[in-house]
Amino acid sequence: MKRFAVGMGALAVAMTGLLTANAADDNTIKIGALATLEGAFTVLGEDGMRGVEMALQEVNYTVAGKKIELLKGSSDASPDSAIRATRKLVERDGVKVMVGPLSGSEGLAVRDYAKTQPNVTFINGTSGAQDTTLRDSAPNFFRFSTDGAQMMAGLGEYVYNVKGYKKLAVVAEDYSFPYTQVFGMLEPFCRLGGKAPAKARFWVPIGNKDYSSIIAALPDDVDAIFVALGGSDAINFLTQYEQAGGDLPLVGGSITVDQTVLSAKGRTRKFIIGVPSAGPLADTWDDPRWKKFVADYKKAFPKGFPSPSLFAQFYYINTKALLLALEQVGGDVSDGGVKLRAALSKLEFDTPTGKVRLDERRNGIANNFVTEVAVGPDGNLINKTVKVIENVNQTLGVPYEEFLKYGPVSRTNPVCE
Amino acid sequence: MSDASSKLMDQLHTQVGVKHAALGITLLIYPLVASDFFTFQIGGYSLILGTIALSLMMLVGYGGIVSLAQLSVAGLAGYLVAILGENTSGVHGFGWPWWVVVPTAIAAATFFSGIIGAVAARTDGIYTIMITLAISVVFFYFTRQNYEIFNGFTGFSGIKPPVIFGVDLIAPVPFYYLCLAVAASCYFAVLYGKRSTFGLAFQGVRDNARRMEALGFSPFLHRVFAHVLAGVVAGMAGVLLVWFGGRISPGTVGINVTIDILVIAVVGGIIHPIGPFVGALVFVLLETFAIDFIVPERFNTLIGLVFLTIIFFSPNGLVGIWDRICESITPNKKGEGV
Repeated sequence: MKRFAVGMGALAVAMTGLLTANAADDNTIKIGALATLEGAFTVLGEDGMRGVEMALQEVNYTVAGKKIELLKGSSDASPDSAIRATRKLVERDGVKVMVGPLSGSEGLAVRDYAKTQPNVTFINGTSGAQDTTLRDSAPNFFRFSTDGAQMMAGLGEYVYNVKGYKKLAVVAEDYSFPYTQVFGMLEPFCRLGGKAPAKARFWVPIGNKDYSSIIAALPDDVDAIFVALGGSDAINFLTQYEQAGGDLPLVGGSITVDQTVLSAKGRTRKFIIGVPSAGPLADTWDDPRWKKFVADYKKAFPKGFPSPSLFAQFYYINTKALLLALEQVGGDVSDGGVKLRAALSKLEFDTPTGKVRLDERRNGIANNFVTEVAVGPDGNLINKTVKVIENVNQTLGVPYEEFLKYGPVSRTNPVCE
Repeated sequence: MSDASSKLMDQLHTQVGVKHAALGITLLIYPLVASDFFTFQIGGYSLILGTIALSLMMLVGYGGIVSLAQLSVAGLAGYLVAILGENTSGVHGFGWPWWVVVPTAIAAATFFSGIIGAVAARTDGIYTIMITLAISVVFFYFTRQNYEIFNGFTGFSGIKPPVIFGVDLIAPVPFYYLCLAVAASCYFAVLYGKRSTFGLAFQGVRDNARRMEALGFSPFLHRVFAHVLAGVVAGMAGVLLVWFGGRISPGTVGINVTIDILVIAVVGGIIHPIGPFVGALVFVLLETFAIDFIVPERFNTLIGLVFLTIIFFSPNGLVGIWDRICESITPNKKGEGV
């Protein structure tokens, strides 16, 4: 009985803690940050949070004289969990500005939710589905990062012209971000005359563990495999393909051979040296802004990756944009964020990877990098810079109306037979 | 006449009881004191998850059938609401009126549950778990990979509950009362069903199927019919679930969520139909707030530890703890749950 009394007492204390609302304080600004701290993308989400913390540390957790309180939320990359976590941060904790989410379909869901909360300002994390901003965008959802197709800019041409691959097989996860990546890669590649037939495209669920059936079904008559997988999915595929004795050259998506995968241990290391890829960053870019960012990252997070991943970078950029805009409006969001959103829309600023500004649908226009995996000076694998594509916009240089005619991204867009 | 009415009062008293009245009043006035977030996100969601777990509890508690497919049944109803009703995903969304969509969805869920019952009813114990788990896994992967009907990974979004008699059901308070009404009717139906002829025979099948068969009862048909009833409960909860989230995708019916439902039922306690609701409330509170109590990277560990502790100290879950408290307060009277 005594034991129960103690237990019930503890429960009662916990409940009181839950039900007492956090006292609102005029001199603090609450910022909500949502990333995948569970599931297949955990490692990615953790690096995203590092990016948020870096941006906040730079300003010592104060903006316009107000103290910043960071509230974290976690999802498992499913849209449902992203919405639950966002709702909790917005409706219960009362944040007026949100950074996140991480993954493509989560972004679409949060954008839909944003429309029901017009007084809250949402800033993307890394989610890169095209339609989050291209079609049916929300006036209070901003993305200072780029979408999955922008992140592929330059790769299609490079693979076709320089590498000389004319026919590709595709292995990608079955949701909006890889669709966008495959579209961004294949659109120029097929325009040049490359082929990627529908029957050589393999779509796997997030968190897939066993790739043996796909590896067995890969056709022989292709020049290379375009792999657009992320996190543990990428590692599982690469390990199993290497063990199965696969010998086709690989082309990587933006998160397939980035630091979240390159820092993994094991024999895959040798296997992926030389793999071309494209993304919003290149580990070896010799620009001072990028070098400073890498040095700061390493100093702040000795246990992080050897070099920041695109998740740290994008969460950093988006948080930084928020802080700059908050500074401009004196940290005032009492008007439902109207001034803040006006400031965000006009914002143009220097990031570790160059200048970023927004288009009229609040999507980032930024530099993109074509890279190749190489061994770094201290033995770590890194992405070395092949080419920098400057100021890539969401419609890839084509006018908006014309770009819409390409149709929404999907398993079969572009056709490319 | 007065005799009859006093008899009715008497019956009402024994059937409903003081504890139920107190609990009912608490639940009815809850939205008046709670914020919108606590009404909708905590209250409504707990009642929905509790109702799904109730459909599992009635099978486990009275029939010894551990069915892991109850979430799939609820999910099918939810998907049908999205497909037959309206959604903003641009796929399907036939736009049928809600009074056609909802009964159709619940009927289909009931039928689906009956089929699952027919497949699983000749097995018991771990084999039932295996079969229903397989069905649940198949349903999850099918929804994730099928684009023609279920729209794959993305699923459906923009699903809204109807406006009935000028009441917009998506508003927190009306939605809460809708969930409460559904949950309460399911709860009392289960309590009634437990004492009905069928309920008694079903519990007989649980305790000794062979003897019941010798007495002329068909264990197979009893189990299938119990699945059908559980399908109605899960189907109704599924409709509420899709209205609650405004969206449904394979993540809604994933394996981890299936396990969550089992955890809710077990942690709450499978000896009484109030158990799943208590379990759901604790689960939702933990899932929502654990991240505030511990480093964000480790909050799932905290959730797991709390559940382990509950089960370790009370195999009958939270309802079991309540029973033991009642017993220790009134040592002569046997505790009867709520």
